[in-house]
Amino acid sequence: MSAVDAAEVRSGEAQNGAAEAIHVENLHKKFGQLHVLKGVSLSARDGEVIAIIGGSGSGKSTLLRCINCLENPTSGIIRVNGEEIKLKADSHGHTVPADRKQIERIRSKLGMVFQNFNLWSHMTLIENVIEVPVHVLGVKRNEAIVQAEKLLARVGLAEKRDVYPAFLSGGQQQRAAIARALAINPRVMLFDEPTSALDPELVGEVLKVIGDLAREGRTMVLVTHEMKFAREVATHVVYLYNGLVEEEGPPEQLFGAPKSERLKQFIRNIG
Amino acid sequence: MTAADASNPGAKLIDAFLPASAAGIMELLSPVAPGWGGTLLVGLLHSVEIAIGATCLGLMIGTAGAFGKLYGGPVTRDLLAVYTTVVRAVPELVLILLLYYAGTDLINQVLTAIGYQRIDISGLAAGIFVLGFVQGAYSTEVIRGAILAIPQGQIEAARAYGMSPGLMLRRITLPAMLPFAIPGLANLWLIATKDTALLAVVGFFELTLATRQAAGVTKAYLLFYLAAGALYLALSLFSNLIIGRVEAWSRRGMPSVKEAR
Repeated sequence: MSAVDAAEVRSGEAQNGAAEAIHVENLHKKFGQLHVLKGVSLSARDGEVIAIIGGSGSGKSTLLRCINCLENPTSGIIRVNGEEIKLKADSHGHTVPADRKQIERIRSKLGMVFQNFNLWSHMTLIENVIEVPVHVLGVKRNEAIVQAEKLLARVGLAEKRDVYPAFLSGGQQQRAAIARALAINPRVMLFDEPTSALDPELVGEVLKVIGDLAREGRTMVLVTHEMKFAREVATHVVYLYNGLVEEEGPPEQLFGAPKSERLKQFIRNIG
Repeated sequence: MTAADASNPGAKLIDAFLPASAAGIMELLSPVAPGWGGTLLVGLLHSVEIAIGATCLGLMIGTAGAFGKLYGGPVTRDLLAVYTTVVRAVPELVLILLLYYAGTDLINQVLTAIGYQRIDISGLAAGIFVLGFVQGAYSTEVIRGAILAIPQGQIEAARAYGMSPGLMLRRITLPAMLPFAIPGLANLWLIATKDTALLAVVGFFELTLATRQAAGVTKAYLLFYLAAGALYLALSLFSNLIIGRVEAWSRRGMPSVKEAR
């Protein structure tokens, strides 16, 4: 069964009543005068892989970062696991999370992978991977280490467990960052352009790890520039243009028969 | 004057400065009475106590101050700006005199006003407080700069994984800023060890006052001030050794700069 077929099967399953892991409704985000998101909605059911694509400045990273409130949305509804993130206006009129405990709890269920890896530089790989399980989730240290060793082996970094991130290649760092995200046993994984900061020859090793996760049915939201990869692993593709969803649907429809002129041009330019 | 003396002006010079022979020098520096070595060592111990206390207090004020300046509200930020500006603008000697005399006076006035007895504030506590207060202002700026030098992505990752502010401070921000802060903080520590000498003016018995006493009584000024200088130097060299180790440890996750030449 090819990756595309597998994706279709899972997509079909997902629509048959799988729980909604992420629900975003009419999200707006302004940075001062700049209106980056102008009412975006997005939904990810269990087992779905949502790929967000779009040109530079289309708001795709901002959308992803609003899901765990790394950026506070200006208005809109975000539900994770059916639980709505409570927002309030602070004294400057900015929208901020109303309940710190709630947002911390929700964040600890979302495994985020960053463009620039953002591993903690004063910790070895194994320390990076056990940090959140031990100190945020309260897992026993010994258990966390056993689990972390499995995860590092899975991303091909078993021998690098005691190495500090700065001594590794970008591809290795990003794979370690994926292990760190997996260590919290995340409900949803959020990927923010995970291969954009990598040398071209290192992109493949990271995409392979992400692809394997997608094929085993992990729920993911993925912001990416890798169109071929998005087409292979995504169950649903969202094309953002200028802060709005211009077109969305299954990958074969979006890439095979795009309706929007802008999407057609985008695919032409990037392909 | 003998012929030997005339041919050796260096020896004559030494004789002029030192009233005693080599055996006499050892006797003067002996740690047991009638030698004054013990007095100097007690002075050094007091200096070290003050420096350690002041540096610890300074680090606490500095950490809180840096976070207040970076993440606090407008009122906190303004108050901290006044603190760091004023303390760093006024000579330390003036601050020491002001805080020591005015500070103890103020405390006692408050105590009598609310019906308590006047208290004697120990020189050690007052010294630690005064120097710590000064160190805090400098530490605030060193630590603020170090926090700004942390790659912001690492802080963002900590937020993204649901760390509470306290946990993030303890597990991520403080250890990550350490390699950037240590050179500046090491400077502050060395300055603190020598600023203790300023407390001699308020009569606190530290190394400089002990030296002045020993030299005054024996008239061996050069000998005792050289001895005090040697003790300050030894303290600095020992500090450098420890700081070097701590710095190497704090930079464990960073590639060597030499290799990047």
